[in-house]
Amino acid sequence: MLEITIRVEDLSAWYGNIKVLKSIKLSVASNSVTAIIGPSGCGKTTFVRCINRLHELNTSARIEGKIFLNGSDIYEMDAMKVRREIGMVFQKPNPFPTMTVAGNVLAGYTLNGIKLRKEEADEIVENTLKKAALWDEVKDKLNLPGTELSGGQQQRLCIARAIAVKPKVLLFDEPCSALDPVATGKIEDLIRELKTQYTIIIVTHNMQQAARVSDFTAFLMLGELIEFDRTEKIFTNPSNKLTEDYITGRFG
Amino acid sequence: MKARKIKNITMTFVISLFAGICLLPLFLVLYYLLKNGLSSLNLEFFINNPKPFGETGGGMANAIAGSFIVVGLASIIGIPIGLFTGIFLTEYKNSKLSDIVRLLSEVLQGLPSIVIGIIAFSWIVKKMGHFSALSGAIALSFMMIPIIARSTEEVLLLVPDSLKEASLALGAPKWRTMFSIILKTASSGVIGGVLSSIARVAGETAPLLFTAFGNRFFSTNILKPMSVLTLQIFDYARSPYDELHKQAWAGAIVLVLIVLLISLLSRVFVRKLSKGVK
Amino acid sequence: MRIGKFYSSDNIYSFILYLFGLFLILLVIGIFSELVINSFPSIKAFHFSFIFKGVWDPARNEFGALPFIFGTLITSFLAILISTPLALGTAILLDEYLSGAFSNIISSLIELLSAIPSVVYGLWGIFVLVPVIRSFEQFLYLHLSFIPFFNSPPYGVGILSAVLILCIMIIPYTVSVSKEVLKLVPSDQKEAGYALGATKWEVISKIKIPYVRSGIFAGIGLSLGRALGETMAVTMVIGNRNAIPKTLFDPANTLASVIANEFSEATSSLHISSLIELGLLLFIITFIVNFIIRIILRRISFKK
Repeated sequence: MLEITIRVEDLSAWYGNIKVLKSIKLSVASNSVTAIIGPSGCGKTTFVRCINRLHELNTSARIEGKIFLNGSDIYEMDAMKVRREIGMVFQKPNPFPTMTVAGNVLAGYTLNGIKLRKEEADEIVENTLKKAALWDEVKDKLNLPGTELSGGQQQRLCIARAIAVKPKVLLFDEPCSALDPVATGKIEDLIRELKTQYTIIIVTHNMQQAARVSDFTAFLMLGELIEFDRTEKIFTNPSNKLTEDYITGRFG
Repeated sequence: MKARKIKNITMTFVISLFAGICLLPLFLVLYYLLKNGLSSLNLEFFINNPKPFGETGGGMANAIAGSFIVVGLASIIGIPIGLFTGIFLTEYKNSKLSDIVRLLSEVLQGLPSIVIGIIAFSWIVKKMGHFSALSGAIALSFMMIPIIARSTEEVLLLVPDSLKEASLALGAPKWRTMFSIILKTASSGVIGGVLSSIARVAGETAPLLFTAFGNRFFSTNILKPMSVLTLQIFDYARSPYDELHKQAWAGAIVLVLIVLLISLLSRVFVRKLSKGVK
Repeated sequence: MRIGKFYSSDNIYSFILYLFGLFLILLVIGIFSELVINSFPSIKAFHFSFIFKGVWDPARNEFGALPFIFGTLITSFLAILISTPLALGTAILLDEYLSGAFSNIISSLIELLSAIPSVVYGLWGIFVLVPVIRSFEQFLYLHLSFIPFFNSPPYGVGILSAVLILCIMIIPYTVSVSKEVLKLVPSDQKEAGYALGATKWEVISKIKIPYVRSGIFAGIGLSLGRALGETMAVTMVIGNRNAIPKTLFDPANTLASVIANEFSEATSSLHISSLIELGLLLFIITFIVNFIIRIILRRISFKK
């Protein structure tokens, strides 16, 4: 029996009067990679933004249903605490331009008012950048502004920034869509490595990427969860006709 | 077709003429400013206080110091209030309340400065029983607040949302996100806006007419009337003494230089912003 | 709706921000109320006839705002009338006729004009402009005084000088706003015009300017607001006479200039109250003008 880190129960979400998620129910296994796929506008991004409670930033946003992180209802928790346990990497790399590379890695600490001694800070920077497969490339550039790295490096810096605070879950929202194939490959390798320490959910519009990288796949369409199963099953022998149509490119 | 061609050439000429007429005053003002003022711009001017009417050798030391004090005090009051109002407008951008605040801020900005002087007179001078630099500074701060609020909001909105979300996604509270990320990223633009508001009030006279009122002697007491460069120029210009007219011109040169310097500095900071926020 | 618990430091943050928003609202309301309350004595004494009375005589405690309303409106509108074509022409020149670097230098120079403080313009006005106007008036008086319009003693100070100085002060605003919006006209609009055989002037007048109508109008609105409230330069060259001017050369006063002139020496409380009522009128006029401009702007851009 797999251990479950995130359990989503009957999740529905609205932007104003538009219902964008309809009663989603799924469980994400610990130390696995779960891909969320589906045609544009199906609610994939809204779904992950509910998980780290970014969805509620929009003034017209509303949700119903529950999401549990290791048994605790995240909507009964302090939003900031939830976000420290559930990190996010965004579509377009967004390192902070007013911080150095090292500063960006430590941003999760400084922005939460946590003071670190210099040795502690240096150690965290080095370990995290090594985990993010970025240390060798930037160890001489630690004091450059975070924005002076290449696109792929910036994204890995954002990943480092997210894992530096030791979250339980990592959410990736189409992390490679702004990157070239080589950088994409590096990030996919990194995701496979990271799953040993974190539970990972990745939104992607690239089905081949989902097939390469994930253990489980959820297929969403028009806000509904159509099918959720092991990745090999979804891609070789889907149970739902809609899934099959999407996989074989009949729409989307 | 020929008529249209002639019209085209004529209009080109008219437009050039108009532009020339527009630029002429600039040259005339600067020319006479330098012509009439440079001769009186000596060391005495900067060190001495006004001498009794008609005597030569007086200066505007008290007025120059007074300008720095009054504008400085106005900035201490007006900048924090303007900044926080701008932050309010940014954080609550789509709310009804911020619409009202924005509207009223525009009303305040459009208010003639002499009316602000009346208000400061009513609220402070009357209560204190006498004129003071403080009341003048408060009047000027009322003028600075809407300018800074609007420019701050404009600049903060230029910071990409993704930076705000990245900060919140790390678990940061909203206020840390605003101060450590958004404000920091937009800092040169914010400073530019603040500087331009300082340049604006440094050149104001009307709101000080019945607040700071002016003072013939050197004073740094903010609870008493104080001389300010703009007031001094106004007084001297209307006096019947030639010597004072000359000093008015000299004072005008100093005033224009100060205002231009601050404006230029403001421009430099704003340009830095457009390079920083990609 | 389910909301999770909020971190209390953000609650303090929100509270503080709301306080600042509230402060601004209270400030503006307070300003308006203070003006109204302090005008009560004058309002009680003169009621609505205040606006229509043409006599302002502190010695007899008789106060009427008409000379100043007239002075304010006529100087501002004349200034707009004269400055707008000049400013538009300059903006067009800078946008269409001059090359980048040269155009930028001249733009910067014009922006310099707007940074010069009002009292400096007043100083220049007193000692440079007014003598010139006086000679001009003397000439007209000498040779053309049989025409009633020129039958005024040549003071030099008066409506004409005030209008001219206002023009100089507000031209930079219209120029910079117009130039900015002209820059935004997509070049394919221009090219379509040229392709149809239009001359340069026709492209400008029939394609570009209509396209940016609302922007230019906004610039004019900005200038008008400035002109209505302008105090120092006007008070130094307008001659400070509390009567309705009959000719362009007559001395006069605007709402702002009479307040600047008389406030610190006003003796009776009725005098002060009437001056404050003038301030209230100025507030209202400026507010209404800005409001009208905003409505017209919304109409114009809506039509697009």
